[in-house]
Amino acid sequence: MILFLARRVLTMAVTLLVISALVFFIIKLPPGDFLTNQIAELRAQGEAASAAKAEFLIRQYGLDRPVWEQYLVWIGVWPGPQGFAGLLQGDWGWSFEYDKPVQLVVGDALWLTLLINLATVLFVHAVAIPIAIYSATRQYSLGDYVATLFGYLGLAIPNFLLALVLLFYVNRWFGVSIGGLYDPVYSNQPWNWDKVRSLLQHMIVPTLVIGLAGTAAMIRRMRANLLDELNKQYYVTAKAKGLPPTKALLKYPFRMSLNPFIADIGNLLPNLVSGSVLVSLVLNLPTVGPILLTALKSQDQFLAGFILMFVAVLTVVGMLVSDLLLAWLDPRIRLGGR
Amino acid sequence: MADTGTAAARPPGPGHFVDDAPFDPGRSEPLGIGDERLYRASAFRLIWWKFKRHRLAMISAIVLAVMYAMLPFVEAIAPYGLTKRNGDFLYAPPQGIHLFHEGTLQRPFVYPYAFKFNMETFRRDYVVDRTRPQPIRFLCRGDGYHFLGLIEANVHLICPPEGGTMFLLGTDRLGRDLFSRILYGARISLTVGLVGIAVSFALGLFFGGLAGYLGGWVDNVIQRVIEILRSLPELPLWLALSAALPPNWSPLLVFFGITIILGLLDWPGLARAVRSKLLALREEDFVRAAELMGASRKRIIARHLIPNFMSHLIASATLSIPSMILGETALSFLGLGLRPPITSWGVLLNEAQNLAAVNLHPWLLFPIVPVVIVVLAFNFMGDGLRDAADPYH
Repeated sequence: MILFLARRVLTMAVTLLVISALVFFIIKLPPGDFLTNQIAELRAQGEAASAAKAEFLIRQYGLDRPVWEQYLVWIGVWPGPQGFAGLLQGDWGWSFEYDKPVQLVVGDALWLTLLINLATVLFVHAVAIPIAIYSATRQYSLGDYVATLFGYLGLAIPNFLLALVLLFYVNRWFGVSIGGLYDPVYSNQPWNWDKVRSLLQHMIVPTLVIGLAGTAAMIRRMRANLLDELNKQYYVTAKAKGLPPTKALLKYPFRMSLNPFIADIGNLLPNLVSGSVLVSLVLNLPTVGPILLTALKSQDQFLAGFILMFVAVLTVVGMLVSDLLLAWLDPRIRLGGR
Repeated sequence: MADTGTAAARPPGPGHFVDDAPFDPGRSEPLGIGDERLYRASAFRLIWWKFKRHRLAMISAIVLAVMYAMLPFVEAIAPYGLTKRNGDFLYAPPQGIHLFHEGTLQRPFVYPYAFKFNMETFRRDYVVDRTRPQPIRFLCRGDGYHFLGLIEANVHLICPPEGGTMFLLGTDRLGRDLFSRILYGARISLTVGLVGIAVSFALGLFFGGLAGYLGGWVDNVIQRVIEILRSLPELPLWLALSAALPPNWSPLLVFFGITIILGLLDWPGLARAVRSKLLALREEDFVRAAELMGASRKRIIARHLIPNFMSHLIASATLSIPSMILGETALSFLGLGLRPPITSWGVLLNEAQNLAAVNLHPWLLFPIVPVVIVVLAFNFMGDGLRDAADPYH
């Protein structure tokens, strides 16, 4: 087990390294950067003092160095102006646009992003499993057709639009305030019960919307898996021996069909994270999504780079968890011996 | 010989009967006319027969064919031009086509609008005038255009009534007819998927083929790259890449940039399919047979392997077109994809970005309907193709 874990973590580290290089390259792709643009602007205005400050920042963040060196400094394996200070050391850099450390800019948004994605994963599983069992055991029934139709719609409707429409009607029918993660009343209050309730209320629409496409895909796949298992002889035997139908179903075919289901978290997570970024933009949720969009537009490189890395870490760690779960669930998977 | 002799000598007992007629193996299963046709049919024909049986896929294929066939004739079909502004009809609600006026059947007509400026809400209130029906015209002269970019023409399939308006799906903030704009948008939205899939197909075929054919460390490296790319959330990367497109590019260049970006992140799935198919097919009996008959490697690949997995590839490519169309829609909706004057369904939806649109002008959300139809049609057709792709099983 330990060997397996070590190997998995090592692969993850390499993956993250490659991703970080990719991310940095993409961020650097557009010509110019925030500071160069700013300096040009300040010079044009003849403000020598501010320009000097910007130039100081350029030296501070090594923007005058070659790109590969900048990259190594950013991830923290190359001594920068302040020694080793990069992602590995927990220094996430400086946001030029907000003129604050990235840490302070993203702040709570990280936790809220995590929260929403976690809630969505739970939602997807909680909804998809029962529906899939229902439609597989009652194949070609009315309920099965309804579930299939729902699945196809979930696949085809862009979630950002659904978010917009749902938001509007939830506000009209249930009076939940629009946008944000809690009522504006609570924005300056410390966490208390009412604020948490407001948070939960506001989470409903985003979770539903982000999870819909994933749920649809999962229902489809799980139904197919379960149908395969239901036709196998061990299930017929179990029923023939007189096991109650529910027990026979849950004890054997269900467990078998659950297997690819957990492996599927790996496919699900990138989609969910993508969805959460998009939906956050529409619903104005204080997650990393909207911050990422503005950072990308203004070439705020450390901020954008950090958020892209965060999102990547979220998915990669999620995949690690799903692998571990799979190894724990299915004793047939041999650890370390692959 | 001796055996049959004793069997014939034995008196026939109950329940045991041996026919005296000589055994003819060809006779027991005579080939019917239908069977003959089945055995001689080419793989492509078998796929076609199997696909035809999948009714939903067939309907979807027809819907898509009609949509794509319409693209060159958009100018002639749309009642209004792409940028034609109707200054008197900003945010006009949809006008329905009617057939009955006061209980009598007439040729298709619309009821005209009259608008009042509401001084309390500062909005235009459109009132439908139900007293004078205006018959719409067919095959008449309207806004001029260049058919296929060459021939100057002004004939439209369907036109607004003489001196009246016909906004089947309402108008936007500049008074442009949404129905016409959706037709024009189809051109971009429907080709984005195809161009993107061409990029992704080429990359997938190349890398997948390399991995499956060469094996060894090349296979390993490509496998790892695929894993890494698949673990990345697509949308943030699309965002980052489209933000990296230079802002001074012409809209057409941006269009190609976006499609290439969509294709760049999509190929790993296809590459994986190619690789696993190649590995599986390599072990098949017919490949062994071809090898034994002395076929060259090139011939085996070109003649036996590629035709065999091409059907699968086309099926999985069809299944990934929808995600590209949705991706373009999402990017344009956020203002990072295509920009006006290029019109796609995502660009049209960009105008419906705020809650005011949902509340006051819900018809601006209509471009979502063709998006959903196309995505579903591609999904159904892809499912049908996938089921039909392996006609021998």
